[in-house]
Amino acid sequence: MKIVVCIKQVPDTAEVRINPETGTLIREGVPSIINPYDMHAIEAGLQIREKARGNLTIVSMGPPQAESALRHAISMGADDAVLLTDKAFAGSDTWATSYILSKAIEKLGADIIICGKQAIDGDTAQVGPETAEFLGIPHISYVRKVEDVTLNSISVQRMMEEGYDIVESSFPVLLTVVKELNEPRLPSLKGKMAAKKAEIKNWGSSDINADDKKIGLKGSPTQVKNIFAPEARADRKIFQGTTEEQVNALIKELKGIKCL
Amino acid sequence: MPIVVNIDKCTGCKECLTSCPFDAIEIREGKAFINEYCNFCKTCLSICPEGAIEEIEEAPVTLYSSPVTDFKGVWVFAEQREGKIASVSYELLGTGRRLADELNVELSAILFGASEMEAEELIKWGADKVYFCKDSIFEKFNDEPYAKLLSSLIGIHKPEIVIAGATPIGRSFIPRVAARVGTGLTADCTSLSIDRETRNLLQVRPAFGGNIMATILCPFRRPQMATVRPRMMKKGEYKEGKKGEIIHIPADNVSSRTRVIDTIKEVSDIAVNLQEADIIVAGGRGLGNTKGFELLKELAELLGGTIGASRAAVDEGWVSYSHQVGQTGKTVCPKIYIACGISGAVQHLVGMQSSDIIIAINKNSEAPIFNVATYGIVGDLYEVIPMLIKKIKETREK
Ligand SMILES: Cc1cc2nc3c(=O)[nH]c(=O)nc-3n(C[C@H](O)[C@H](O)[C@H](O)COP(=O)(O)OP(=O)(O)OC[C@H]3O[C@@H](n4cnc5c(N)ncnc54)[C@H](O)[C@@H]3O)c2cc1C
Ligand SMILES: Nc1ncnc2c1ncn2[C@@H]1O[C@H](COP(=O)(O)O)[C@@H](O)[C@H]1O
Repeated sequence: MKIVVCIKQVPDTAEVRINPETGTLIREGVPSIINPYDMHAIEAGLQIREKARGNLTIVSMGPPQAESALRHAISMGADDAVLLTDKAFAGSDTWATSYILSKAIEKLGADIIICGKQAIDGDTAQVGPETAEFLGIPHISYVRKVEDVTLNSISVQRMMEEGYDIVESSFPVLLTVVKELNEPRLPSLKGKMAAKKAEIKNWGSSDINADDKKIGLKGSPTQVKNIFAPEARADRKIFQGTTEEQVNALIKELKGIKCL
Repeated sequence: MPIVVNIDKCTGCKECLTSCPFDAIEIREGKAFINEYCNFCKTCLSICPEGAIEEIEEAPVTLYSSPVTDFKGVWVFAEQREGKIASVSYELLGTGRRLADELNVELSAILFGASEMEAEELIKWGADKVYFCKDSIFEKFNDEPYAKLLSSLIGIHKPEIVIAGATPIGRSFIPRVAARVGTGLTADCTSLSIDRETRNLLQVRPAFGGNIMATILCPFRRPQMATVRPRMMKKGEYKEGKKGEIIHIPADNVSSRTRVIDTIKEVSDIAVNLQEADIIVAGGRGLGNTKGFELLKELAELLGGTIGASRAAVDEGWVSYSHQVGQTGKTVCPKIYIACGISGAVQHLVGMQSSDIIIAINKNSEAPIFNVATYGIVGDLYEVIPMLIKKIKETREK
């Protein structure tokens, strides 16, 4: 069984602060972490490998410093890791990212591919399903429990709006996972040693035979037009005075707009 | 296209550093340097007093043989669950109608599964046409058949815009469609409009946990695709006598390699009430104890509302998880949201920010919740709420 897990290194958005004067992100001091959903993807990969035997490879596309995320995954128990890094990849949107990941996965070969449900920097949740489509294989989203893995099929619980479905698929298949799935393990001592020694493969565009019309900023269908700070409401009123004065003011406003 | 610093022109004045929404510009060897965090948003271009930051123009790539102008019309994917149209579909028809009218094109709805009666409803809610496939393969949701049929319809009819709900179903299979037809997709949009000059779709969405907003374009490929967050846009107008065309389509060559074996319902009444409530009174760590929720309940009952909570209050064990609002809880959009003793962390805000009216009660005037509030009362909630209850009762008695 060949298992591939896709992980992304992201800024910890819980720590991200906004400069109130400029409305821009303050990145200083914000740690880079493995996307939290991808931690659950790694754990799922490890558990499936323990059950079905096989090999677990971690793949990440990103700048050279994303190597530390891959080493962390190895310290948790992954067998090897590939960093997809190339100047030509910069600026890829979800479409181009998915294309690049699919080319790498094609080269590696895989029976099960596991992604996080979404990455917390962009929150798009598109890379998993798009990668599956590029690979021409089925996918199952929002996996919250693996019911059974056999040599040629898997059945899982897929979280839906009003409960869950039990869904079955043949291999190869791509799964996207949610946090309810498992509790990611901590690195073991042995794992940490392995992570230090591990050789992380670096693949660029030519290593995966990527079509340069489909990668990077140039190959991305979507473009960012502009960025702005979410504005405080134009109709905002913060009352002043004693509690009673403020409550009276509120009641008056609510009556004015017929909410009382 | 790529943003670069012209080293010869750069004076190292650092003006651009704070302009970057992504904190992606740094000073290296006395000159500005754009690092890998660049999101190509172009904010810095107009900031540099020397004009030293430049965009390198590169010819756009088109994968299609047919030009962008061949694509006409606005499509709404109408999601159904167990034969019933999901309410987000009506919201999409409202938005779709507005976009189609502005572009002066037709609005079509796409319906897979359900009955012809439901297809007719879509017309009354604003569609000019409905492409309807009632094959039984669509009764249960599997990604592949949905993606294959929608992609092939797009290939034949060439719409310029395709929108779907950012629901578990929409967010799962629509990306496959975008990958298949070779176009861009913007996730979870909170607002959509048309750029008059170019006829491009302006797609606004939050990023970095709602810390910033981005406008996304898909200028060179068609269709322009977006998923839209439920409860963000208004439903269209329902017109009883409205006529339209229903086009029956066969489900040729669609098969699925995944199979839904069983569907299990797990809805808690509380969660349902929370999402449908017109008024929500929510409590956070500022309540200090479980008893505080008794006070909130009294206010909620008086207003005919229900109880919400921040994660901190849930973690303290004061209320059950089904009340939690936010990134890891429910997304709500009531007419009035009253936040009591909630600081307004981004993870909470993403779940309630689009409420019509937000009332914040907090003793710290600097609390970020006041940034999203319509009305703010600065004070101790244990004084404010009893007084509010008293005054509301008095008003009613008059
Ligand atoms: C991955 C992740 C997901 C998360 N998901 C969610 C989520 O879904 N929902 C969510 O809510 N949070 C979520 N959080 C947690 C979030 O970051 C905050 O920690 C949480 O929202 C804080 O809750 P709070 O505002 O109740 O508490 P606090 O931040 O402690 O704020 C309490 C507020 O009460 C005020 N106060 C105190 N006493 C009084 C009084 N007597 N009268 C009036 N005001 C008073 C204080 O001034 C303060 O502003 C998430 C965090 C992470 C990292
Ligand atoms: N650059 C990347 N490298 C590897 N995996 C990625 C990358 N971007 C996204 N993914 C995977 O796709 C999932 C969804 O990401 P997104 O569509 O960006 O929300 C993530 O949880 C990862 O598993």
